[in-house]
Amino acid sequence: MTTSTGEAIQFWILAVVAVLGAIGTVSMKKAVHSALSLAGTMIVLAVFYLAQGAYFLGVVQIVVYTGAIMMLFLFVVMLVGITAADSLKETIKGQRCAAVLCGLGFGILLIVGLGKASLHSFAGLGTANSGGNVEGLAKLIFTTYVWAFELTGALLITAAVGAMVLTHRERTQQAATQRELSEQRVREGTQVPPLPAPGVYARHNAVDIPGLLPDGTASELTVSRTLRARGQIRDVSGERLTSLAELERRSENWLERDGEDETNAVNGANAVNGANGANGVNGANGSNGANGAKGGR
Amino acid sequence: MNPVNYLYLAALLFTIGGAGVMIRRNAIIVFMCVELMLNACNLAFVTFARLHDNLDGQIFAFFTMVVAAAEVVVGLAIIVTFFRSRHSASVDDASLMKL
Repeated sequence: MTTSTGEAIQFWILAVVAVLGAIGTVSMKKAVHSALSLAGTMIVLAVFYLAQGAYFLGVVQIVVYTGAIMMLFLFVVMLVGITAADSLKETIKGQRCAAVLCGLGFGILLIVGLGKASLHSFAGLGTANSGGNVEGLAKLIFTTYVWAFELTGALLITAAVGAMVLTHRERTQQAATQRELSEQRVREGTQVPPLPAPGVYARHNAVDIPGLLPDGTASELTVSRTLRARGQIRDVSGERLTSLAELERRSENWLERDGEDETNAVNGANAVNGANGANGVNGANGSNGANGAKGGR
Repeated sequence: MNPVNYLYLAALLFTIGGAGVMIRRNAIIVFMCVELMLNACNLAFVTFARLHDNLDGQIFAFFTMVVAAAEVVVGLAIIVTFFRSRHSASVDDASLMKL
């Protein structure tokens, strides 16, 4: 038996995507990228389930796997730290080579075994799905497999309780209050005032830019400990000379143009309104100030 | 196309997942590879259900999903606990049973 042409085309396109996703899961350096590749593979598998008449499983695959389980994975990846990328260096010599060889051998064994098996008659799901896929599954779950279903409930409860027990931490001592913390800081004599703020120039007041010490080196204290640990600090101390020259040139330009604009605006205001005396006076003051500044320079 | 190709794909995904479990050392990625292997098994189950024209294979795949969900919950909790005590998610650091 063969499938329809549409299913064949769908299979050959999506199978490539699934295999690429699987290879990405194994080979990506960062855990987040692995998780996203795996999510892609899982969605492709959901499409395959739908194409094969397993409508309930296809939806469950998307809701439970790509929805819940992959989100759980991403939560833990974020909790553990994205940049906790494991080094791709081998600790056991030749382990990766041996693992790839093992995988290759296993795969060949599996695929040759499948090729030798007599799987030539495909019955399709015509009679099994005749009363509806969900109805058929429900009938089986609540009759033949009802005991396994009950055990599944017990398993899920145990898993939930186990996760809570594993991640719960009993507080053994009271958390230090603000007063106690400040007294401790004074006693130890380390950093009694608040930590210095990040940012160097008016252009760089982002939290990942360290403040500069008088000698031009970056101060570690100004950047949050988390960012420091992740190595997500943008150091701009090196580019300060070129950018400073640029900044001065531009501010000069800007000031000149600004002065001209202001006098123009004042002239326009004077020309338009004789009635609006107060504004005219203010504008005149402003233009005087600008002119004075220009004259001073 | 012969639907046996679905089985070949399942075998391939299972193999890639297994190789990943052996190659990678980040516990989270190892775990994801285990999930990939479970998914490959599910695909094989669904294909076999279609082969035999009954829904038992799909029931099995359903139970596999439930067990995988429970396993992920406990496994990730273990990884988080381990990370708290060792500040690492590498399976190389899990060489001692005690803290």
